[in-house]
Amino acid sequence: MVSTTASASTPRTRSRLRRRNTLAGWSFILPNFIGFAALTLVPVVASLALAFMKWNSYSTPEWVGLDNFRRLVDSENFWTALYNTTYYAVGHVPLTLVAALGFAVLLNRKLRGVRFFRTALFFPYITSLVAVAVVWNMLFSPDAGPVNQFLRAVGVDSPPGWTTSTTWAMPALIITSVWRDMGYYMVLYLAGLQTIPGELYEAAKMDGASPWQRFWHITLPSLRPTTFFVLIMLTISSFKVFDLVQVMTEGGPGRSTLVLSQLIFREGIEQGRFGYSSAIAMVLFVIVLLITVVQFRLQQRKER
Amino acid sequence: MTATATTPEHRDGSPTGAAHVRPRTPRRRPTAVAGRIALHVLLTVLGLAVMVPFLWMVTSSLKLDSQVFTIPIQWIPEEFHWDNYTRIWERIPLVTYLKNSLFLSVVITALQVLTGSFAAYGFAKVRFPGRDALFVAYIATIAVPWQAYMVPQYIIMERAGLVNTHLSLILLQAFGAFGVFLMRQYYLTIPDELCEAARVDGLSEYGIWARIVLPLSKPALASLALLTFVNTWNDYMGPFIYLTSNDLWTVQIGLRSFVGVYDAEYAMIMTGSVLSVLPILTVFLIGQRYFVQGIATSGLK
Repeated sequence: MVSTTASASTPRTRSRLRRRNTLAGWSFILPNFIGFAALTLVPVVASLALAFMKWNSYSTPEWVGLDNFRRLVDSENFWTALYNTTYYAVGHVPLTLVAALGFAVLLNRKLRGVRFFRTALFFPYITSLVAVAVVWNMLFSPDAGPVNQFLRAVGVDSPPGWTTSTTWAMPALIITSVWRDMGYYMVLYLAGLQTIPGELYEAAKMDGASPWQRFWHITLPSLRPTTFFVLIMLTISSFKVFDLVQVMTEGGPGRSTLVLSQLIFREGIEQGRFGYSSAIAMVLFVIVLLITVVQFRLQQRKER
Repeated sequence: MTATATTPEHRDGSPTGAAHVRPRTPRRRPTAVAGRIALHVLLTVLGLAVMVPFLWMVTSSLKLDSQVFTIPIQWIPEEFHWDNYTRIWERIPLVTYLKNSLFLSVVITALQVLTGSFAAYGFAKVRFPGRDALFVAYIATIAVPWQAYMVPQYIIMERAGLVNTHLSLILLQAFGAFGVFLMRQYYLTIPDELCEAARVDGLSEYGIWARIVLPLSKPALASLALLTFVNTWNDYMGPFIYLTSNDLWTVQIGLRSFVGVYDAEYAMIMTGSVLSVLPILTVFLIGQRYFVQGIATSGLK
């Protein structure tokens, strides 16, 4: 980046320029920064501190060290939510990634109607979650829902009860979210595919590489940066999952789809246990952070 | 990849992942044609499968409640009940909901675009001590899940007496770090020499922003505006947490509550869903290009 002070000659004019730049720079940032600081930065820092405090909506905050975390470890709700959130991530991340990559490779070519398919695939992503959840809830309806009618037609005698069943509610959520998200990640993969030089494929073809070999040895390795980014985004968004669950199953039946974010909401905003809920939030944040760091390390090692 | 990433264009001889499809070469014409047909069939089947939920939504919205869950499924209604689309306005205060959604989306989008593009100039084109540290603070908060600090946010709003007002949502969503990030990434692709030349010509920093940088970043502005608009329109958690009075509700909350109360009125629920998606479909079809650009810009950097 070219410095705006490059033309400054004497130290005096340089420091004056510097002051002027600082003033100008801050004046640009300030309108956004005031709102950002008050409503994002302060809450982020506050939630770190709150995790170590006992504070309900009617009491005064009091420092209690690790008490909240001790309560957490003993809480069955917490472990259920943690298990469910992990279950969701383990299903959602690989399935979405494979679907997105598959569609991107399939649609990265000159073909009539390809534009329409891309649009159709992307549209679920910007459809409102409420509409998505409402429609899929009906599609998954156990008796006469289209999904189970289809399953019966292909020979499944007793198809699952989906959102009415404690075992199948989570798979139902995962299917819905894969359907919703794959178009977004497909767009990222399509952009990544554009950066692969065509000559690589030409050369491989000359050497007699089959399409599968070309995919495995050229496309996949070239897409590694995209895959890295997609993996991180997907993992983070899986652990944050909230509104889909809230609208589609409200955590039920029973606690079978209760996720961490919902627990934070229930404890913190509905019950007013500010400290305790912040401890759950801290766990969520640490998980997300750890996964990001680990994936970052792995990526770096591969590049070397 | 930089902000100039555009809509992926088709390229001949593009990578093939599907093993049965061969790129067209003069020697293998028949297989190539067969492969193309197979690919078309495959794509059509997959495309339809992806579209099924939308098709089902639209056809169900034109049926009677009793015809929604039939065995076998009626993909085309026996008779079209267009009156669902007139009756729904009497069943729920949809006009109020739409007005609220539109108001919030427009105000939040305007503020986000304005303050975001303004701040981005400070981060991308002005050099001053502490700038990069400040930018890291912005980026870091993008990585923190919003759920992790929604409780402190709620406490602040509650103390300020802003719970159950539209203002709370505007304040929470208009100053996000995302807009600053997206615009900064784009500004970085604008050559500094342009700004330098303008400075020599005596234009102030504000002048450079308004008359040089801003006009050059129309695509990024469009991306940011569209993404923010759609996100705000579709937002469920914000209004769900902050808005309790019916007359402040957005379309999403209104629809969800309708589903909760009249869970057997399948057709009407689908009618409401269609109406809630329609504005987004329109916005999306008009600005499709910018959505894709925005995702590529914020994504691959």
